[in-house]
Amino acid sequence: MSVPDLRSSPFEPSPDLPPPLMMRGTWGWMRENLFSSWLSAVLTVGSVLLLAWILPDLIRYLFIDAIWSASDGEPCRAPGAGACWAYVNAKLTFFTYGAYPRDQLWRVNSVMASGAVLAVWLLWPAAKGKAIAAVLFFAVFPIVAFGLLTGRTPFPTSLLPSPGSEIDIGVVAPALMIAALAILFIFMRRVWLGGVLLFLVVWFLAAAHWNFLGLTIVDTDKWGGIFVSLLVASVGIVFSLPCGVLLALGRRSRMPIIRFLSIVLIEIVRGVPLITVLFMANTMLPLFVPDAWSPDRLLRPLIGVALFSSVYMAEVVRGGLEAVPRGQYEAAMAVGLNWRRMMMLVALPQALTAVIPGIVNSFIALFKDTTLVAIVGIFDFLRAVDTQRLDPAWAGPSISATGYIFAAAFYFVFCFAMSRYSQMMERRHAAGRKR
Amino acid sequence: MASMNDPPAPRTSILNNPLWRGLFWQILTLAVLVWLALQAFDNAVVNMRARNIPTDFAFWNRPAGFDVNQTLIPFSSSTSTYGQAFYVGLLNTLLVAAIGIVFATIIGFTVGIARLSSNWIVARLATVYVEVVRNTPLLLQLLFWYNAVLKSLPGPRESLALPGSIYLNNRGLVLPEPVFGAGIEWALGAVALALLLAVVFAIWAQGEQRRTGARYHALPVAIGLLLVLGGGAWLANGSPLSFQAPVLRGFNFAGGVKVIPELVALVLGLSLYTASFIAEVVRAGVTAVPTGQTEAAQALGLRRGDTLRLVVVPQALRIIIPPLTNQYLNLLKNSSLAVFIGYPDLIQIFAGTVLNQTGAAVQVVSITMAVYLAISLVTSLAMNLYARRISLRER
Repeated sequence: MSVPDLRSSPFEPSPDLPPPLMMRGTWGWMRENLFSSWLSAVLTVGSVLLLAWILPDLIRYLFIDAIWSASDGEPCRAPGAGACWAYVNAKLTFFTYGAYPRDQLWRVNSVMASGAVLAVWLLWPAAKGKAIAAVLFFAVFPIVAFGLLTGRTPFPTSLLPSPGSEIDIGVVAPALMIAALAILFIFMRRVWLGGVLLFLVVWFLAAAHWNFLGLTIVDTDKWGGIFVSLLVASVGIVFSLPCGVLLALGRRSRMPIIRFLSIVLIEIVRGVPLITVLFMANTMLPLFVPDAWSPDRLLRPLIGVALFSSVYMAEVVRGGLEAVPRGQYEAAMAVGLNWRRMMMLVALPQALTAVIPGIVNSFIALFKDTTLVAIVGIFDFLRAVDTQRLDPAWAGPSISATGYIFAAAFYFVFCFAMSRYSQMMERRHAAGRKR
Repeated sequence: MASMNDPPAPRTSILNNPLWRGLFWQILTLAVLVWLALQAFDNAVVNMRARNIPTDFAFWNRPAGFDVNQTLIPFSSSTSTYGQAFYVGLLNTLLVAAIGIVFATIIGFTVGIARLSSNWIVARLATVYVEVVRNTPLLLQLLFWYNAVLKSLPGPRESLALPGSIYLNNRGLVLPEPVFGAGIEWALGAVALALLLAVVFAIWAQGEQRRTGARYHALPVAIGLLLVLGGGAWLANGSPLSFQAPVLRGFNFAGGVKVIPELVALVLGLSLYTASFIAEVVRAGVTAVPTGQTEAAQALGLRRGDTLRLVVVPQALRIIIPPLTNQYLNLLKNSSLAVFIGYPDLIQIFAGTVLNQTGAAVQVVSITMAVYLAISLVTSLAMNLYARRISLRER
């Protein structure tokens, strides 16, 4: 056998052949992804049949046969009628605001709009001045929102002058003293502490009446709809983050009593359903405080929701604290930071960034759980939908289904957006760690 | 050595001694908490006396005087007590949780594996299911199933007939009733004996394989045992189990096992909702097994089935089981949503009706919370023991 002389003719690879027709383009994609084996082919055919069975009916129900405008439920009760969007349209104001006085809706709208602006500011990764946004959202916004929504002053009325009376020296003197303290703080470069104090003083003086800036008082039994759902969720979020951080620190504390108390609280509340916490807040809480302090019927479930979400948040934050390498703590101690500064400057920033996806996931769970406040008589969005479908003018099977589909779409949009956000933050975080 | 050159320890103020500071803060916290608890207790005594709320457990043995539409133990409004009502509710909660866990596991594993499928359309369908179900509230789904689906079904006369003589109508689900003939205990005993022998054989075969390397296939032996022993005893006793199909008589079905629509809606809602979370747990568990493990198994010449059975699944299960248990606990806790659609569970009967009738808010709410807490704690204790047993022992 003669060996060809490779040196005389340098090796020239012939150009690659294109892949066979069956491996390319649409066909190739389908072969690989839809018909790679017999089982796969059967599953594909089955799925296509399933879709062909469901999708046309679904589209017909939601769009083609749907009733888009009607003055009452009559056309929607006709046999073969699809989704009754006219009903959603007619009830939209009620679904959004509950029984809030219709001429006062601007108050709800401005609270919701400013809350949305602050939330976007806080969550937008590229936004500047997150510290300002955090102070506004966690300290100032709740007070303003309370004042605007209730029309009551956000301060304990026992500390305020009686209605209609002049502002007297007994109020002004302490206010001026706190203002002086605030200015001192600002000079000491504790700008944020000073700013918040100063703001509170101004607010205190401006709102030193029984009602807030002269607004009419709207009691909480008139509140309802999407607005209350968002309110419960926001209260849960605003309280759960700081309380959760405190509980997580308590659980990892070296002080045995504090650690024990934190563990007991966290494990008890995590071991029971939210409904029982709401029952407890609704029936037991009023028994434990003096009659004069008996909490408002909306405040009770809010306390329950805040407690419940705090303990779940504590577990998320604890995971983050445990993920911070031990060397970070040791380095912080070596440079002479005390415990508070070690946590504020070294541990918590790393821990909280690491668990942003977990935090957002517990916000999603919290948002879905706000529907349960209906059990103690709060008129949240889902309850509003669930009661309005019984309105005799609109009652009908297709109308009930439409209400639920609308509610599902609303919750889905919020939760899906949040979960996408958490995935985005997870990727950003992972990108910084990749080597 | 070094102590000779070290300067004497600086005298620190007692204020800066971490031990004393820790003690100070702990005593302060404890004092505040004790003070708050005493205040709460005082207020509770005053408030409960003012509102005539009972503070003892005397209500437990008093007649209940209400009816329950699904009871697993005998219960009647005239003779039964509030204490018996508690057990009825507890059993109903456990019933719905048990059924829900079975269905949620089956659907969840199926969907989780489907999401990992190489088939594009199957993976997409599974993803759509998981995203839609996970991102809408469970309560909404329950209300949808109960009010929009089950309540708008036709009446018993126009029931939807499902395969296997199962009928679905607006009064719930009607299943064929099992009829036990004579000798059923012998037949079931033989099946149990066959299963026991199969397990013993599997354990022996495993030990033998570890010792000598010889493989004894346990599965064919188990099937053979079951067929010969179980099937033989079954036939010898004349097939003692039969099903009696329900028959439509007048306006309703006669015979058959009737399942109330509340239970149907609750099981549907709970298992579909929890399944979407289980699917994610399964997917995460399987993807967490490094690709190198599969490649190594293939390099050793294991077949695809053996690769899965011996390499991938054991490692994936180690990751899956703790969060899976968590999902089971969530399902149990979520079954408390039964109260919204009127299924007589622990919350609806005990924390609802009994609380309203007796007014014993503190006792009733505490007992209810203690029940859920006990189940949760026992489960997580068992889970910790299990996790310790299967945890990787690293050198």
